[in-house]
Amino acid sequence: MSESTHTTNPFSAVQTPAVGVKIQHLSKSFGTVEVLKDVSFEVQPGEIFVLMGPSGSGKSVLLKHIVGLELPTSGQVLVDGKDAAAEETREQVRMALVFQAGALFNSLSVYDNLALYPREHRVGKESEIREKVMRALQILSLDNAAAKFPSELSGGMRKRVAIARALVMEPQLMLYDEPTSELDPVMSATIAEIIATLKEEYHVTSIVVSHDRDLTLAIGERVGILMGGKLLFLGNGAELRAPKDPKIADFLSPKIDVKNPRFRQLET
Amino acid sequence: MKPFVRVLEGVGSTVQLMVRAAYFLPTLPRQFGRFIDQCYLIGYTTLPIVAILSFFIGSVLALQAGYAAQNLGPKQFIGLLVGLSMARELAPVMVAVLLAGRVGSAIAAELASMKVYQEIDALETMNIPPVRMLVMPRLVAVVVMMPVLTIIADLVGWFGGAIVAKYTDFIAIEPASYFATMRQYMDFGDVMNGLVKAEAFGFVVVLVCCNIGLNTRGGPREIGAAVTRAVVTSLIIILVLDYFVTKALS
Ligand SMILES: Nc1ncnc2c1ncn2[C@@H]1O[C@H](COP(=O)(O)OP(=O)(O)O)[C@@H](O)[C@H]1O
Ligand SMILES: [Mg+2]
Repeated sequence: MSESTHTTNPFSAVQTPAVGVKIQHLSKSFGTVEVLKDVSFEVQPGEIFVLMGPSGSGKSVLLKHIVGLELPTSGQVLVDGKDAAAEETREQVRMALVFQAGALFNSLSVYDNLALYPREHRVGKESEIREKVMRALQILSLDNAAAKFPSELSGGMRKRVAIARALVMEPQLMLYDEPTSELDPVMSATIAEIIATLKEEYHVTSIVVSHDRDLTLAIGERVGILMGGKLLFLGNGAELRAPKDPKIADFLSPKIDVKNPRFRQLET
Repeated sequence: MKPFVRVLEGVGSTVQLMVRAAYFLPTLPRQFGRFIDQCYLIGYTTLPIVAILSFFIGSVLALQAGYAAQNLGPKQFIGLLVGLSMARELAPVMVAVLLAGRVGSAIAAELASMKVYQEIDALETMNIPPVRMLVMPRLVAVVVMMPVLTIIADLVGWFGGAIVAKYTDFIAIEPASYFATMRQYMDFGDVMNGLVKAEAFGFVVVLVCCNIGLNTRGGPREIGAAVTRAVVTSLIIILVLDYFVTKALS
């Protein structure tokens, strides 16, 4: 039992095997628009995989396939070897998706947002749930936010509450959709550290969707870049620093050229 | 052709929603808090207007009946007319219309907003069926509350009619004789008839509004559209259903 391939539960000493994700020839169309085109890659158990790509390239749609919110037009997504499209997979593998906008329950307090999952799944008594929720809030330095409602939170706090809510599920697989967008640099760094800590201490397999090059280089063990629905890059941090494809290089560090602006190039 | 297909789709998904809600009925005991909240909400939001409206509907009925009775003689029949119209027709329809306007619209808005802001998706990733938590308790609550609201509407309407019948100069009949004809020619079956209607209306209104809310797609502006659609659809269904239920019960 090697430590790194097991997910440690943050609330007890229980270890469950870390899960891997396999995306096999995944294509997805909405009507006539093909959003994902034959995407294949693998995420190893216990690693942090960062998925980059411009807006509208299909990153969120891809994450939704992993949790079964979208069904593939063709191809397959396997989570821990099981079909992600099947209802049972959600019961067998604990996956948590941290939505881009948080998707907090607006009618519930922060505390009740976190307590909803354990209450609905009846894991433990109310006192145990309380302990778990307070611990998750503490991990994300949200101790004082328990009684607040989502509408009273700042952007950074919403993101952290969304992560805390995911954490209470004791996930084996964490998916983060742009966890640092719209945040100031310090808060972005904090979130990146949280993601790395969760992986380091609890060995949660993590897939992070991000535009943030600094975050990617700091915590990403492997990186994929999605452009126009195709996976154009797959490699580690070192390979990302020296990309061969000029399109990738331009995406990672776009040069601002006032003399020859991009919006004029698009016209021709 | 297209609107026809959309209506069929709507009916199909509504029936599906009902079946799924029924499947989660056994979870009611552990969702008792949610059920009570919904009962309270339905009662609290509709009771005041139900009371005011039924009082005036009863009054107007008495007034009109009194006007008709001026040339026709027996004024005691005013009590029977108010009693029957309220119990068999006006109370259930009025309560259902108010339910659509106050509760149905709120349900559609809440669920549509949860859908648009991905709260429904979040529930699904948490393996918590939205129907179990959001639809089933509301349906049970409306089934429990509709008879209560309708009986209150009946009583207040009858009472309003009695007051008008006594204090309008050209009617001027005592409450005793007003209620005597009601007692004599009406039975519990007439009230029951109205309660059955009210149950049918209330259940369908909440079910349809839940379904429209949960099927909202797109951005925030769709929330407003969903509310409008929910209320309009509810009103149409109430009136159409009214005819068929009345026919079936008579
Ligand atoms: N449910 C949907 N119906 C139709 N089109 C969709 C849907 N979800 C996403 N899309 C389209 O798919 C494309 C990729 O979206 P998305 O995955 O959200 O991009 P991003 O990489 O910025 O997360 C966009 O063009 C979007 O309009
Ligand atoms: Mg996105």
